[in-house]
Amino acid sequence: MLFFLARRIGVMLVTAFCLTFVVFYLTNIPAKLETLAKTQAGSRISDAEVASWLDRNGYNQPMLVRYGEWLGVARGWTHAADDGAQSGRCYILSGTTEPGAAPARCGLIQGYWGNSTRFRAPVSEVIGARLGATGMLMLWVLIVMVPMALVVGVLAGMREGSRTDRTLSTFAIASTATPEYVSGVVFIALLASSTVGLSPLLVSWGWIEGPVLFQGNARSALDNITFWNFALPVMTVALYGMGYVARITRASMTEVMTQQYVRTARLKGVSFPNIVLRHALRNALIAPFTVIMLQIPWLLNGVVIVEVLFSYPGFGWTLFEAAANNDIELLLAASVVAVLVVLITQLISDIGYVYLNPRIRVT
Amino acid sequence: MDPLSWLDILGRLFVQLLPVWVALVALFAVSITFKRRLGLYGKLFDSTVGMIGFALVMFWVFAALFANMILTHDPLAQFSGMRNAAPGLPLRDPAGGYDYFLLGGDALARDVFSRMVVGAREVLRIAPFAAMISFMIGISLGLPAGYIGGKLDTGLTFIANLVLAFPVILLFFLLVAPEIQDTPIPRAMAGILFLMPVLFFTVLLNARFFTQPPKRNLYVGAVLVIGLWAYSGLAFNADPLGIWGMSPNLLNVFVAVVFVNAPTVFRIVRGITLDIKTRDYVSAAQTRGEGPWYIMLWEILPNARGPLIVDFCLRIGYTTILLGTLGFFGLGVAPESPDWGSTINQGRRLLTVYPHAALAPAFALMSLVLGLNLLADGLREESLKD
Repeated sequence: MLFFLARRIGVMLVTAFCLTFVVFYLTNIPAKLETLAKTQAGSRISDAEVASWLDRNGYNQPMLVRYGEWLGVARGWTHAADDGAQSGRCYILSGTTEPGAAPARCGLIQGYWGNSTRFRAPVSEVIGARLGATGMLMLWVLIVMVPMALVVGVLAGMREGSRTDRTLSTFAIASTATPEYVSGVVFIALLASSTVGLSPLLVSWGWIEGPVLFQGNARSALDNITFWNFALPVMTVALYGMGYVARITRASMTEVMTQQYVRTARLKGVSFPNIVLRHALRNALIAPFTVIMLQIPWLLNGVVIVEVLFSYPGFGWTLFEAAANNDIELLLAASVVAVLVVLITQLISDIGYVYLNPRIRVT
Repeated sequence: MDPLSWLDILGRLFVQLLPVWVALVALFAVSITFKRRLGLYGKLFDSTVGMIGFALVMFWVFAALFANMILTHDPLAQFSGMRNAAPGLPLRDPAGGYDYFLLGGDALARDVFSRMVVGAREVLRIAPFAAMISFMIGISLGLPAGYIGGKLDTGLTFIANLVLAFPVILLFFLLVAPEIQDTPIPRAMAGILFLMPVLFFTVLLNARFFTQPPKRNLYVGAVLVIGLWAYSGLAFNADPLGIWGMSPNLLNVFVAVVFVNAPTVFRIVRGITLDIKTRDYVSAAQTRGEGPWYIMLWEILPNARGPLIVDFCLRIGYTTILLGTLGFFGLGVAPESPDWGSTINQGRRLLTVYPHAALAPAFALMSLVLGLNLLADGLREESLKD
């Protein structure tokens, strides 16, 4: 088990290394650096001025050297001005100009994540605050999605081919066919619009006080989460992810229901609910566990879409803003976090699968 | 003139879509009559779910094909006084054209219905094609990885996992950007990705016919001529005759979507190959002295077709969703483009007041993907029966 774990973590680190380099390369292509220079030093500067700005700010070194600097394994660039003041990557990041006052290396490993040009704040602060908001969203999504998916899957799978099965399976298929930007739009139009859908009807009956039933904008959920401002974003993400988990659960459940031990239990005269709950359920839930873990990176997609659609300033919204505004340092940091989330959930799902399934033995 | 009632709108929509209904009825009549002679396709008409899915998919395919007959207005033209018009509102000055905006107007006073129909064409022009290229790449790499195994397998699986570890949305933000279009990156990726189908067909035909050189030379020669001709046009925009070609925008989107899909197909094909290569008919072929490529492409691949066809339908649906995501974030689409994703994106700004502009493409996209998923489900059920 230890060897298996060590190997998995080793592969994970190599993967993280490759992926961060790809991200670094794609965010630091010359065209993007030129855009950065123009947004930082004025949009009308000449090509020569762009080149000198890039030179002064350490952007014209080879890609690999800069990747090393950013990671914190290579020494940060330094640049002595004419008046004796020292400048350099580490000087800027630690906010000093005195020669020798800054550390030699300052990168991801040392905890220097750079500064965001879009939010004018250190990247670590921005990401930290946003991750909390997204964590809240993810938590509620999982709380809604997992039980719903498991119930739908188990109910559909316990009597294969029945009418319940057909109805619930079709529902699961329909939910996988509805991406977040479709269901979100439908939800807003139906429940959060003051002119169409359900809300004007409820207002005219005098059932609700405000103009709309649900809030189409989730920004207020940042301070105070209520059912009315958070239900729509959570439902939107949960709906798309739910169908897939439900289908896996159903497949797993139908397989378990044909096993010998279930037949034995039936022949012994155990009641049907008892068979499902005590004999089948535990074995049927091994496969969905892996899928739920692997679903988390997939939910990340939905989170970006939903946070943009409902203007909820979380991690996904930050990622979108960083990409849209060419905020290189922030995009890099957000990508690292996203990639790490994916890799860690993969690791947990691998370990969990081995742990849950006694038929798999790792030596 | 008065605005139309909802019943009128539905009636007029029905009339406007008449070419689609005629084509659908004809297709279903012919297919059901001859369903016993049509193999897996014919069996599809034994399953209700499969038929519903197929009808939904073909509805949009026919709508895209007959778009010119269905359109009520030019999808890019703006009409005075029709900004955010409600569904069924008459035009102020039809000027000999259609009198109403059947599904209303959008924020730029364009006809929502016409844009939705043309949007189907945009999506169906890219999605099946991208899914096909992804499949050829996944098959060409997955078969040897599963059959030969060893270092090749380890290497290819590592690369596939590398791509799969990227959150899709991040990859899109990084790969589909105007700055990237100016670099050689999309062209280089297209150069590698589009070469795969040419290689696939060359190896496929060579493995089958290399014992009959005249036939082999003819087939492989034809594939190489047509394949490399299309390849030069699609990947490098260097077609001497100018028939094949892709705008940098489209190429960028296409490459990104194929890049995201191919590793998943690779993993599926590799898994199936690992299963099938232990079968007796593979051993028989090995004993006959067949070459590895013949066994992979003419023994293993045909026997893996069931799950692959099912996944192909699902993958077209997933590609449609991905294209919608790209449009939703305004990545890699032309500003006026009528594709469903960007129409939803434009419509969401006034969503709480005028929802029709975003709802029409949203339901269109949902029904197409739902159709593809139901079709896949029907095919899976029918192919499991024998």
